[in-house]
Order: sequence, then structure tokens, then C-alpha cells
Amino acid sequence: MNRSAIDLWVGVFVAVGFGAILFMALKVGNLLTLDRASGYRIEANFDNIGGLKLRAPVKAAGVVIGRVEAVRLNPKTYEALVTLRVDNQYSFSRDTIASINTSGLLGEVFVALDAGGDSVMLKDGERITKTQSAVVIEKLISQFLFDKAAEGGGGSKK
Amino acid sequence: MSTDALAGVTHFLRRLGGAVTGSISRLGFASRFLVAIAWHSPQALRRFQLTIREVYFAGVLSLVIILMSGLFVGMVLSLQGYETLKRYGADEQLGILVALSLVRELGPVMAGLLFASRAGSAITAEIGLMKTTEQLAAMEMMAVDPLARVIAPRFWGGVISMPLLAALFSAFGIFGGYLVGVRLIGIDDGAFWGQMKAGVDVWPDVTNGIIKSLVFGIAVSLIAVFEGYDAKPTAEGVSTATTRTVVISSLAILALDFVMTVFMFRGGGQ
Amino acid sequence: MPAAPSAESHHALTDTCHLDPHAAAIELTDVSFAYDRRPVLRGITMTVPRGKIVAIMGGSGCGKTTILRLIGGQLKPNAGAIMVAGQSVPELDADALYALRRRFGMLFQFGALFTDMSVFENIAFPMREHTELSEELIRDLVLMKLHAVGLRGAAQLMPAELSGGMARRVALARAIALDPMLVMYDEPFAGLDPISLGVVGQLIRKLNDALGTTSIVVTHDVYESLKIVDYLYFVSEGRIVAEGTPDQVRASADPFVRQFVDGASDGPVPFHYPASDYRTDLFADVH
Repeated sequence: MNRSAIDLWVGVFVAVGFGAILFMALKVGNLLTLDRASGYRIEANFDNIGGLKLRAPVKAAGVVIGRVEAVRLNPKTYEALVTLRVDNQYSFSRDTIASINTSGLLGEVFVALDAGGDSVMLKDGERITKTQSAVVIEKLISQFLFDKAAEGGGGSKK
Repeated sequence: MSTDALAGVTHFLRRLGGAVTGSISRLGFASRFLVAIAWHSPQALRRFQLTIREVYFAGVLSLVIILMSGLFVGMVLSLQGYETLKRYGADEQLGILVALSLVRELGPVMAGLLFASRAGSAITAEIGLMKTTEQLAAMEMMAVDPLARVIAPRFWGGVISMPLLAALFSAFGIFGGYLVGVRLIGIDDGAFWGQMKAGVDVWPDVTNGIIKSLVFGIAVSLIAVFEGYDAKPTAEGVSTATTRTVVISSLAILALDFVMTVFMFRGGGQ
Repeated sequence: MPAAPSAESHHALTDTCHLDPHAAAIELTDVSFAYDRRPVLRGITMTVPRGKIVAIMGGSGCGKTTILRLIGGQLKPNAGAIMVAGQSVPELDADALYALRRRFGMLFQFGALFTDMSVFENIAFPMREHTELSEELIRDLVLMKLHAVGLRGAAQLMPAELSGGMARRVALARAIALDPMLVMYDEPFAGLDPISLGVVGQLIRKLNDALGTTSIVVTHDVYESLKIVDYLYFVSEGRIVAEGTPDQVRASADPFVRQFVDGASDGPVPFHYPASDYRTDLFADVH
């Protein structure tokens, strides 16, 4: 193999290799890196966060605009304190509702933000006041059975 | 205990102790070897043509096996993954499954294992043979340091090739997963790529995969050149060294993978 | 007669400012060397005058190659002094050792050619590594060296395509590529056919005289050596047991030299490997 042929093949190899890395960065991964530099923090308290995990997505209208950064328990009120890291380009009003949803029945758990009409926007570190906790299936079922039993009273059909 | 049994036990213990001290001193020698390579590297990188030649022999010539393996692994992942995900109604997550498995783990690890057996063993055999036929000694007597001229370029050729090969493995694997998932099985094209994009982060998934492949590249290249340089200058010596390269590289890759995965992907839970 | 290099290229290739012109080229004084704990050389004293060919002879594994390695600085002696052109080799630091080695040429057993390069590139190798000569000049020099060993037409062959004798000659051309002050030959006659033997022997003598170098030939081929060398040393069990000019050796009455020169199977070097008494061994009880 002479020199120029080797150089050519190595050049092709390196180019294709970098292309693969680029492919993975762009088409496969999301380039939304969201480290400390490009997002601001919002706090939210929940009674029950269900299966919410760290790095779970924060979505508005179904679009991923942030990640869950930290989850702690308030030792006095026994509420869950969740810190959300939201992309800088999106602002939310003070009366935004934060709820914990599941995508599909068995999908991943995420935080959904419903923007309100307030003209004042949330700033870095501020807290969302209106939150809706996760739906826990067991409670839903026992609620359903309870309602059903109450409805039936005497002489209920099975 | 009878004297025979006692003698047997002491003999065994002595051999075990000898093996352990031997391994440790070998490890020490290998570390000094790495430092020596780093010391002589500027020279090797100045004569870049040498390194390019080694990138060709280690990287380009491994492309066929890497790409084919990547493709097949991706396709099988897709097939097997689909069957399992379908049970939970989560078959649209196939894209994420394939992509994350490859980018985080299978890409770097499998590419590393394949690289060790194809390129690593070839490097060891080549250097061992040069030692046996006194080519390295001839170079020394001609006042040319074989570390700079022969060893370092091969080391860097391996280190440069590995991350590229791992990325290509993952990319072809994802493509294979796409072929089976979307074209063969019929999962929605948009869901496949969309879910994948949402679930795979450049940091930490892609970058950690690249870091892993870099670490594997350094480990495999070092083991390959070291075993070749240290081989006994006979035919069996070279063959033993070649086998050792493959075995030790594979073990090293798996061990390092575990350690790195623990540090990198500790999350998931809270 | 091989073409001698011109005066200009001779100066371009050899830097003689560190050489003491009056010293013998090589001097070993009472050198001892042991490998692990096995003594290989004991109290070796030998002198190699400038411009001469000296042969070191002995049976296999008696330490001849070790002497070459000691001179070349690949090994350090346990005791004794090794002086090459006035410098003490074991005491040189890495840079000085490499500077000294640039003035050496070494022919390894079986050639040790670089298998991934052509014949031309093998010979050009030391020139490219150690000089700043232009490619045209290198090309001319390589062809001159090849012509001197009679292989100019084989310049583009790969080492795998060469016969044993040809490979040996290419290695010789490579050894003299930079017109060294000392050329060391490690078993140059091993495994060659009679014609190649004659060719290699002749080349060693002619090149030594034409280049004005000093040569050390390590070999066990008595016949070829007696034809070309100026002085011989006989080594047995790590010691020098005999020495002399070819004429002295041929006329010697020393039993070792006689056994060696005549090729007798038994003598000071015994036929039988040390063993117990034959009769007892043969009729020993089998327990």
C-alpha cells in the first residue's frame, strides 16, 4: 500500500467516524444539554410525586423544555420539594400549574406545566404555588370501589 | 498433616505467591512502559506519517468487522427488544431501547472487544515477531529508539481508532435497529426517532460512551504493545503473547466498563 | 573492487571529532558478565586494532554474541573495562551511547531486515534517521552500497522475496550505510550455501579495507575465517583459551585450537554431556 492510498483511507475513516459521532449527537441525542448555564430554576411542592425521577422531563404542551434537577422531602410538612431546571428561552407566569403526569399508562413520569394568565413571570428560584400531585393507581381503584359501594347501597347488582 | 501433603501445600502457596508478585511486578513494568511511551510520543507525533499508517492498520482494516457486527447487534436488539416491549404496550420505546443500549454500553464494549481480538492481537504479533527476528535490536544498534519509532505510533494508532470505531458501531447498530423496527416490524418512523431523540442526551449518554471508548482504546493499545514488546523471542512466545493480549484486554474492558458505568450512570433512581 | 565513497560524502557521513586517532579501536580488559546467576564471561581481555578484522570463535552458547552486546552497550559488564575509541562504553549515558552507536554497523544473524520495507528502504533507513541528506543523495548512496554487495538490481524487492544469502548481503549493505568506524558481524556465515559463504567472506574483507573500518566477526566457521581475518580469539566456557594470527592458529599445538580447526568430535570440548557411569546407568534397577 503506498502512502497516498493509506492517507486517503485513513482520512475517509476519520471523517466517517466523526460523522457517526455527529449523527449520534444530532439525530439520536437531543442537543438540549441544559447544564447550569442555560436554564433557570423553579421550585414546586407536591403531596405525592409518584414515580417522578431525577432528570425526568419537564414539558409544556407536550414539548420538553426542562429537566427535574433535584427532589427532596420537607421534613416538617412532609411534602416533596422538586427543583425544575427550565430552558432560559421559556418564561412561565406566577399562576402556572405544575402537575405530574404519566405518558401513556406505563410510560415515563414527567412534570407538565400549564401556563396561566398572570402577567408576572417566575424568576430563578421562585416557587410554583399551584401543583397537582401524581395519580396513584391504587388510590384510584380503591376510590372507584368505594364510590361503587356507596352508590349501590343495598341490593346492588354485581 | 503428612510431610507429602505439607510439601504440596507449601509448594502451592509458593507458586501462588510467585504468581501474585509476578503479576504485580508486571503491572509495574507496564505502567513504566506507559510512561515511557508518553515520553517518546512527541517524536512519534512529529513523524505523523507513522501514526497515520498505524491508524490505517488498526482502524481502517477493522472497519468491516465493526460495521457488520454493529449492524447485526442493532438488528437483534431491535427484534428481541420489540418482543419484550410489546408485552407492556411500550413498543414505541424501541428507539430509545436500541439507542441507549448501544450508545452507553454495547457500542464501546463490543467495539473494544472486537478491536482487541482483531487489531490488538495483530499489533502484538507484529511487535513480537520484530523482537524475535531481532529487528528491534537492530534498530537499537542503529541508534533509533524502537519505543519512538515502532511502539508509540502503534499505541496512538489504537487510541485514535477506538472512539471512531465505537461510534461507527453504535451508528450502524441504530441503523440496523431502524431497519428491523421500522421497515420490518412496522413501528412508526416518527415515534422511533422522536422517542429516541427525547431519551438520549448528548450529555451524559453520548459523551460518556465516547469517554468509555477512549479509555478502552488506551487500555487495549497499551496491553497490545506491551505484550508484544515483552514477548519471549520464540514462536511460542509470540503466540502466547497474542493470546494474552486478547484475554487480558477483554477482561480489562469488562472491568473498566463496570467501574465507569457505576460512576457515570449512577442515576435513574433519586 | 567496490566503489569507495568519495571524500566529500565520507566527511558528511562520519564525524570523527570524538575519536582518539591513536587508540586501538576496541579494548576489553578483564571483562566478566553473568546472566542472572549463570556466569557467561570470565576475565576476557582482548584488543582489536584499528582497521583490522578480528574473529571471535567458539562453540555455540559460549558467550561470543554476549561480547558483541557488551561492546555495543546493550549489556553492562559485572566487572572489567570496555573501551571503544577511547570511550568507556558502560559509563556512557543514553545520549552518548546513541551517538556512539551511530558510528557502528551491525550485521545480525539472519539479517534482521525490516520486513515491512523494501531492500532500498532498509538501507536508506539509517541515512534517513540520522542525516539530513536529500532524497537524491540518499538514492545515490543506497545504490552505491547495493552495488558494493552486488545487489543493485534487487533494490525494489521485499525481504521476504530474498534468499538467505541475498538477505545477508542486504543486511551487510545496511550495516555499512553510514560508513561506520566499527562493523560487528554476528554469525555472518551461518546457514549459507558454499557460494554465498565465499561471497560474504570476500565482502567482509574488501569492505573493511575499502572503508578503513574495524571489524569484529563472531562465528564458528573456521574455514572461512582463516581466509579473511587478521587475528583470532578462541572462547570456551567464558574464557579466552587461545589467540593468534591465522598462520599461528593453523600451526598451533594447543589441543583446543586443534580440536576446533580439525573439527574433531572429542578433545578439550568433550563429546559426552556430563553423565554418570554408562554401565551403572544402563544396568540400573528400575524402581
